[in-house]
Formats: sequence, C-alpha cells, structure tokens
Amino acid sequence: MTMIIELENICFSYERGKPVLDNLSFSLPVGEKLGLIGYNGSGKTTLMHVIMGLLKPSSGIIRVLGKSIETRKDFQEVRRNIGFLFQNSDDQLFSPTVLEDVAFGPLNLGKSPREARKMAMEFLEKLNLKGFEDRITHRLSGGEKKLVSLATVLVMQPKALLLDEPTTGLDEEAWLRIESLLKQLDISYIIVSHEYDFLARTTQKIYSMKAGRIVYDGDASTLHAHLHRHPAAGHPHHHGMSV
Amino acid sequence: MQNEIFAQSASRIHRLDPRCKIVMATLYALVVALSDGFPALLTALAISFALLGMARLSILEVAKRLALVNGLILFFWLVVPLTFPGEPLFSLGPLTATQEGVLLSAQITIKSNAILLAFISLIATTSVGALGAALSRLGLPGKLVYLLLLNYRYIFVMEQEYHRLIRSVAIRGFRPSTSLHTYKTFAYLVGMLFVRASERAERVYMAMLCRGFSGKFHALREFSFSRNDTIWLASMTTALLGVCILQWVY
Repeated sequence: MTMIIELENICFSYERGKPVLDNLSFSLPVGEKLGLIGYNGSGKTTLMHVIMGLLKPSSGIIRVLGKSIETRKDFQEVRRNIGFLFQNSDDQLFSPTVLEDVAFGPLNLGKSPREARKMAMEFLEKLNLKGFEDRITHRLSGGEKKLVSLATVLVMQPKALLLDEPTTGLDEEAWLRIESLLKQLDISYIIVSHEYDFLARTTQKIYSMKAGRIVYDGDASTLHAHLHRHPAAGHPHHHGMSV
Repeated sequence: MQNEIFAQSASRIHRLDPRCKIVMATLYALVVALSDGFPALLTALAISFALLGMARLSILEVAKRLALVNGLILFFWLVVPLTFPGEPLFSLGPLTATQEGVLLSAQITIKSNAILLAFISLIATTSVGALGAALSRLGLPGKLVYLLLLNYRYIFVMEQEYHRLIRSVAIRGFRPSTSLHTYKTFAYLVGMLFVRASERAERVYMAMLCRGFSGKFHALREFSFSRNDTIWLASMTTALLGVCILQWVY
C-alpha cells in the first residue's frame, strides 16, 4: 500500500518539558480516512505541526509520498501536497474578503490572478458557498468561517488533509455540513478531535494518542457500536456537543 | 465596533477607481493644507460638500464624524485668538483677542473640515481591502500594505479578546478606582492582550506558511480605469487648479 505520510520514531519536546511525542510512529495510507483522538495536551496538535514542518522534531524520520522530508524546501513541497485546517478559523482567514483568502493559496502556487480567481470561485461553489466571495471574513459566522477555511485549503488541491478539531465551537447545522462535506471528499485525511461520535461518522479507523504515542483503537464502526449505545440506531443523531 | 459604514453603497463616487480617489484625495489635502486665502479655502470647502453630495452618505453619520473633529477645533478657538499676537479685536477682562488670531482659527476650521469631508467622501467610500490593493498598485511596498490589511482584519479579533478579558475581571467584582490594584489589573490586561496578539500573529503566520506563503504577497484585485474615471479626474484637476489660482491671485 502506498503511504502519503509516514512517521518513524518521532520525538519532540518543548523547551525543558516532558517529551510530547515519544518515539512516535504512524502512517497514513492513500485513500484512508483516519481519526485521532486524545485528551487536551496529549500532543495531537503538536503532531500535526510536526508533519507540516511548523515544528522541528528532535529526532525521527518524516516521509511524505515516499520522500524523506528534511530541508525547508522539502516542507514547502509538503505544504502543497498536504492541506492543514487550523483549529481556529480566525488564524486561517486573514484576508479582508473571502475571495482573496481562498485565492491566496493558488497565487502562492504561481497562478495568475485570473486563474486564482477562477479556482477560488469554483471551490466556493463546490462547498455551497456561492455568493460569499465578497463577504468580509471577520463578519462570517463560526460555521461559515470553518467552511471558508476548508475552501482555502481544498483549493490548493492537496493529496491529503489534516484537520485539527474541525467541529470545535460549531453549532449543529455547521457540524452536519462539515460532516457531509468530509464524507464526499475523495482524498485521504486525518481528523484530530475529542468527539468520538464525529470521528466515527467521518473516518474508517480511530487511533488514540497516549503518552506521546499513537495507539490503534479499532475500526470506526465497531468502535462506535462498542462505545456508545444508541437506542434510536439508524436515526441521524450525534452528541458531544458540550461546547 | 462599527466599520466601513460609508463603503457600502453604489454612488458615482463609490464606483470610481480607488487609485484615482487616493491620488486625488492626497493632492487635494496637500493643496488645501498649503492654502491660506479665504476665497481659495471657501472654494475648497464648497468642492468638499459637492463631493459629499455625490457620495450620497448618511448626513447624520457624517455629522457625527465632523462633531468629533470640531470638538477639538473648539479648543483652538478658545486659545488661539487670545494668544496670537496682532491687532486687538476685543477684550475679555485681562485677555485680548486679536484679529489675526481669529482669522487663523477660521482658516484652521475651514481647512480641517474641507479635508475631512473630502476624505470621508473619497477614502471612506472605499473598502479597506480595495484601499490596500490600490495602494499596492500605486507602488506602496507590500509590507506596508499588508500591515494595513492585517491590522484591519485583526483589530476586531483583538477587540473581542479585550472584551473577554474585561468581562472576566468584571464578573469577579473588579471596579476601576484610583488604586494600585486598579493600575496593576489594567497592566495585566494590557500585557495579556499583547501576549495573545503575538501568539495569534504566530498562528496566522503558520497558517499562511501552510498555504504556500514564501514572503511575497500577490495581489488578486485588478482595477480598470473607465471613462467615468477620466471625466472625474479631469473635473477634479480643474477644480484643484481653480483653488490654486484663487490662492495665487488673492
């Protein structure tokens, strides 16, 4: 099986701290949708940042699409292939208008303003965000911000996605929209979340993060049935909306 | 926080090329600031009102802005006539107002209002995004343009964080007074705001890196120079020349 992301014995610790990632090994095969669950502070976000080259591990090997990633230039290549959805949409959307934000990635990839605009419009339409192009980013609702963020990442046509807590702070409607969008995506992704239910519905396998390592928990469907009992099985439902 | 209340409309002024508006507003401010003859200044004021009329803005909102500036100018009126040397005009007890002082105050008043009105009509009618792009097209360095745009984008986020902090101290019974405790609390609040701003800046930068940012900004907007822009530019230039001539002749 071809791997998109392979991590071997990754170690990472913040200055003078306990190791956050301790000899961690993990891989994302092509076509797989994985969930990663863990307590706050278990190192989930750190792991994502290490993959994207935002943090440098003290030891270990990172391979993306079979190629070992070492230099800054390698990571620039990684960022074209892997899209990263930040936990807080206000960190992701920095342009005055939605269109400019979605077009930011394509412009960085060297597209002309005209092409970038066309691509941005196309992806906004794909995400049912037609008519949002001239909206002011900071005035969008939480759910809208999240969807636009997703558009800014998808427009770069990545081979895989990393999503950091994509449902945090969202209302029910936005939650469902994100869920159905993710289900339609035909690229691999890893979702980091602490909502078991969301992961069970959007991923195939669920891993958990414990003591700086990743442990395989099981197949999402059986795990779900095992952990929760829903009397109204088959009926659309979710919980974990404690925010 | 209210923002861009003047930018959402579709008057003739709103549809002008932002580049024209920036250049003209700057030239206009320069000419008015350097003029001191009353015929020239009053003509400029009339031009400003004409621009305001063309922009069709809410009179109430414009008046609010003007009131803010004229409040400040009121202090000039209280001080300048009484302290500026020249021909005495009238006396108030031991204080004497001079003719020159009154004229200077009048000049300041007309100039400030004329420039302010022109900027409200021309610059405030442009969205900040368009303003940034236009400035970049006019040759302003990318870093400065993005400083403006990012400031605009995150000032609202910082405002929210500020209110969150204020609420958190308020619900724990904090009431500002003249005490060391109050000063300390405000110092902590401000410090916290800086810490959060710098952390936010780091995350925004990381998010930009993840989308292929490599230090160079690319502009998306393209501007088109239309016939309307030419007509407007020509009439504005004529009007400005008129002000210059009036200043020169009188």
